[in-house]
Amino acid sequence: MYVAVKGGEAAIRNAHRLMAHERRGDPEVPEVSAAQIDGQLALAVDRVMTEGSLYDRGLAALAIKQARGDLVEAIFLVRAFRATLPRLGATEPLDTSNMAIRRRVSATFKDLPGGQILGPTFDYTHRLIDGALDGFAPPEPATAAPREEAVPRVTDLLGEEGLIEPSPRDDGSEPGDLTREPLAFPIGRDLRLQALARGDEGFLLALGYSTQRGFARSHPFAGEIRMGEVEVEIFVEELGFAVTLGTITVTECQMVNQFKGAGDAPPQFTRGYGLTFGHCERKAMAMALVDRALRAAELGEDVSAPAQDEEFVIMHSDNVEATGFVEHLKLPHYVDFQSELDLLRRLRAEWDAAALKEAAQ
Amino acid sequence: MTKNETDERRAAMALLAAATARELDSAWTAWPERPAVEDLRKAACGLVMVRGRIGGDGAPFNLGEATVTRAAVRLSTGHIGHAYLLGRAPERARLAAIFDALWQDVSARPRVDTELLAPVRARLAAEAAKAVAEAAATRVEFFTVTRGDNQEAAS
Repeated sequence: MYVAVKGGEAAIRNAHRLMAHERRGDPEVPEVSAAQIDGQLALAVDRVMTEGSLYDRGLAALAIKQARGDLVEAIFLVRAFRATLPRLGATEPLDTSNMAIRRRVSATFKDLPGGQILGPTFDYTHRLIDGALDGFAPPEPATAAPREEAVPRVTDLLGEEGLIEPSPRDDGSEPGDLTREPLAFPIGRDLRLQALARGDEGFLLALGYSTQRGFARSHPFAGEIRMGEVEVEIFVEELGFAVTLGTITVTECQMVNQFKGAGDAPPQFTRGYGLTFGHCERKAMAMALVDRALRAAELGEDVSAPAQDEEFVIMHSDNVEATGFVEHLKLPHYVDFQSELDLLRRLRAEWDAAALKEAAQ
Repeated sequence: MTKNETDERRAAMALLAAATARELDSAWTAWPERPAVEDLRKAACGLVMVRGRIGGDGAPFNLGEATVTRAAVRLSTGHIGHAYLLGRAPERARLAAIFDALWQDVSARPRVDTELLAPVRARLAAEAAKAVAEAAATRVEFFTVTRGDNQEAAS
């Protein structure tokens, strides 16, 4: 039987019109602007940029507004926007050791060169809802004379003593790009980090948490978390030199993990790495935990837990793909369902007939 | 161009990329005897893939993209200017390209420096100093707690 699937245009049009009306909320209350979202819901903007995989604050803020605060929907909008623009090239790799640091903490060393800089953080707040926040004018931030000292990465300090594995060397080869080529497992760490960087924060948080609870235990320490501004440079062929495009805010997490040594490798710490656009600290930490867990095979560890299963983690980390497939279940499946229904009716009739025959015997 | 001059132009282009629309616009509006500008490459938005390094210092990986705008112009003086900057900002990119062209004109360079680059440099330095001072105030100063009732145990 052929089932007509045309129709509903007027209903759809009116549904979108209703949605736009609901999005505006109470007309007596002032409308929020994208600039207000950018400034006052800045961490939502950071998350949408990171998982939307596109650094553009104004665009992410507008997407959040359009999506009525549904961040996965906003991420979807940003991903769709990126598909409309041409790619001009790839930047020089960011140099996070040269970051203009606004926050830098280490859970492994109390006293370390550069110090512990808390920056703007929720840490150590009491998590009590502040009923007086509306209309609150915060005081000017405190200032202090900065110290003229370098802020080396904690992993570099451990590396000087050879107590931590070095990062994989840059041999000049181009990193893989999952937006250009389909993934074929197993994949390299470059592609894994790209996928994790745009992966869903909640999914990676749960997987990272699972490794702490004993599913792929890797004894992590937050060696260092740093957040601040880094310069972005791109080599321009026609000029013959690299130009600075501007600066972006990023968050980096260096997870330091226990390792007993295996084969040729001496006992030394191993590493998990997290890097995000903006200030996405929880995401950077979860990413670093999962990056380390996914290195199980490389480090000769048993692969037994979900967080160590590369294909499982990478293929299910993208919330745009996930939401597309889950939410498509809402769309009409009338024909599919009709055929299932017909089959079930036939099976049921056979079953009923058999039961009747058995009862008669 | 000598290496030195390339470095200077790179520094100038970095400042032009960081200049606000207002800074660029007022410098251009106030420019005496503005040369005619021909668009070699009309200002257009695109994407660049931003790369990070595994572990911060290792092999590169693709972190995610960023919006960029680029433009190229030729002035009636014959100088060609380019601009590449983060964000979607065609007007800023076109003006930045114009000032890159003017900067290459040795007779115009001092004026580009004093009227535009110096104020932008000063603004960026002030913003950076403010951010550094605010961060410095959140630096943890550890001290050892000495128990009053057990001086011997404390060391």
